[in-house]
Amino acid sequence: MSVVTNDPHAHHPFLQHHFEDLGQQHEASTLGMWMFLATEILFFGGVLCAYWIYRVMYPEAWAIGAAQQIWWLGAINTIVLIVSSLTMALAVRNAQLGRRMGTVYMLIATLFFGSIFLGVKAYEYAKHWQEGLFPGASFHWNEVPALAPKVQLFMTFYWTLTGLHALHMVIGAGLLLWFIWRAWKGHFGPEYYGPVEIMGLYWHFVDIVWIFLFPFLYLIHGAHHG
Amino acid sequence: MADVTTHEHAPHVHVTPLTTYFLVFFALAIGTILTVAASRFDLGMWNTPIALVIATIKAVLVILFFMHVIHSTRLTWVVIVASFLWLGVLFVLTFADYLTRVWKIY
Repeated sequence: MSVVTNDPHAHHPFLQHHFEDLGQQHEASTLGMWMFLATEILFFGGVLCAYWIYRVMYPEAWAIGAAQQIWWLGAINTIVLIVSSLTMALAVRNAQLGRRMGTVYMLIATLFFGSIFLGVKAYEYAKHWQEGLFPGASFHWNEVPALAPKVQLFMTFYWTLTGLHALHMVIGAGLLLWFIWRAWKGHFGPEYYGPVEIMGLYWHFVDIVWIFLFPFLYLIHGAHHG
Repeated sequence: MADVTTHEHAPHVHVTPLTTYFLVFFALAIGTILTVAASRFDLGMWNTPIALVIATIKAVLVILFFMHVIHSTRLTWVVIVASFLWLGVLFVLTFADYLTRVWKIY
């Protein structure tokens, strides 16, 4: 969708009137997205700070809690998310190069891998639920009675952190559907790829959160014995 | 306003080479494998710092290359550095309290 014209009154259909040109609009939206991500960094950071205080206080309970996780499912999901980040980056690249269907395919691939991640997560949640590892009245783990309340606290952090992360993934998947449609319509190209770039910023941020959650929740040393 | 724009300035497009994206991807995959491998050995007090360092390196790679921050404007850098600075304040001040309660009454 290239607009080549010498008419001073004509402008790109997606140029908002309050911006001088597409370059300025692109820079402003990138900056705005990073402002939002700054709030997200502090949002997850706050929960992680509380997680670390309790981890220092109850190291044994944290190791036992991490041992309740199937570490290789977390490892597979980490790789799946990294692949989805690669396809997201390639979607942005295709948009920059004006490759319409290339953008569509890479966005579909990103949605596909994101869905696999959520599917694995749903399996893990169902398993934890059956094993009585959901905090509250249904919490059943009691192998070491003295540590049970602290293991329950670890599981509270586990559900909160992975739940907030999964919520971000679901929102990202919804956004991807919208972007696949827009890319299909040919909205994006070398002069207007900003929205795809910003979709990418969100997706990569969610990937980064998981990069930290994986070792924090699955790989505490002494945790997995088999 | 003599220089009224008669054509639109497109954003400055910096297309990252495919090799860069794939190299970053492989580095992230190797980092994941190293994280799992390191957690299998008893490294005493070093298990946690190693996991943190690998995760941080992975995050920096994603931010610089996948998120294109390496080509971003100075203003974007300021926002990113400031956000991690505040995250640092959040952690350092909180731990300065909790980790120094030597009487162990948390």
